[in-house]
Amino acid sequence: MKPAAFAYVRPKDWPRALQLVAEGARAGAGTQSLGPLLNLRLAQPGTIVDLRHLPGFSGISQRGGGVRIGAGTTHAAIEDGAVPGRTGEIMAAVARRIAYRPVRNRGTIGGSLAHADPAGDWVAVLPALGATAIALGPGGERRIPAVRFVSGIFETALGADELLCAIEVPVLPAEARWGHWKFCRKPGEFSKATACVLSVPAHPPRAVLAALDAPPLVVEDASALLADPATEAPHIVAHIAELTELTDWRRALAETALRRAVAAAVGS
Amino acid sequence: MSGKLAISLVVNGERRELLAEPREQLADLLRGSLMLTGTHLGCEQGVCGACTVDIDGAPARSCITHAGSCDGATVRTIEGFADDAVMADLREAFAREHALQCGYCTPGMLIAARDIVLRLPDADEARVREELSGNLCRCTGYRGIVRAVLAVLARRRATLSS
Repeated sequence: MKPAAFAYVRPKDWPRALQLVAEGARAGAGTQSLGPLLNLRLAQPGTIVDLRHLPGFSGISQRGGGVRIGAGTTHAAIEDGAVPGRTGEIMAAVARRIAYRPVRNRGTIGGSLAHADPAGDWVAVLPALGATAIALGPGGERRIPAVRFVSGIFETALGADELLCAIEVPVLPAEARWGHWKFCRKPGEFSKATACVLSVPAHPPRAVLAALDAPPLVVEDASALLADPATEAPHIVAHIAELTELTDWRRALAETALRRAVAAAVGS
Repeated sequence: MSGKLAISLVVNGERRELLAEPREQLADLLRGSLMLTGTHLGCEQGVCGACTVDIDGAPARSCITHAGSCDGATVRTIEGFADDAVMADLREAFAREHALQCGYCTPGMLIAARDIVLRLPDADEARVREELSGNLCRCTGYRGIVRAVLAVLARRRATLSS
């Protein structure tokens, strides 16, 4: 199908982009999620504001203890090593398994997070990494911890007059252990259950369970899960089952994803 | 806000000044305004890969890439690879290995395959299959396609090392 009619605007600066969003325009970047929704007419915005050409929209810079990733940085750039160090290593492996390379060449980390599809990869991974979303509004920048950014299915903590302009990820030590498991019957398809585990020396390990038709569930201290995954994984899945109806097979996938993410983190 | 969008593109080496509907995706502009019908439309949701073209040197889905956002870009469709040495090798290998039957997926398959050959010179069969997972073929069962890509990779490795 073809999209329903919309107006297209490509602003040259952020204030104009923010003004358009405040007036109700839908933000678009790589449009690798929005494009299909437009073609299927599941999304019928009146106006699309194209953020791709805004200054500083993509690119990486070091900021103290963190690395700032422009929201318009593509998955392919991250796959190819744009983010330095251990954090970059983890993110490159995640990026490589997002959809397909031609999609990753256009799709952006910020677009994916702001789209807040429960099955989205960064929706699960960025909270696990302890990332921070940087929202830009009329009053300047506002920092939102990634663990609180996705508030519902396709819902975020962004205000109606804000745009996601960057994501800050911590510089993880080389010893940081990482486990990530997602269930896809075919490479590149939407995950049916995703689990992530990050273990950094001298910090409690963090776990995230996602892609279950609910916002990601963050376990800030996953020590019990790492100590006894067989017992603890069903407890974590039960928390999600309070928010959304889970079929038995989905529940089994979620538990297995958690156990495999733990096994990967322990073995990494 | 209404009216057409003026879009300036370099397509297959030629500068084109075009007018597009604001809602138009790149694939429709290429096929409808430029009659470059080698770019095929399958699923129109980014899954099947038939519409894959090269934008600014990297393969992308033209069915979910907005035409307006490509203003100023350099686009190469399957028609634009006539003189490309890698594509010539791939075309020959696809023919030899029976890597196509109906041909509907072939333009996107070739553009994805060329990217694999150039970006991942050491790719093995598992990696080639993983990388090709974004291009669906309902005729061949992929064996011929994978063989063709592996043959071009092997030949290029042999040429580079000799």
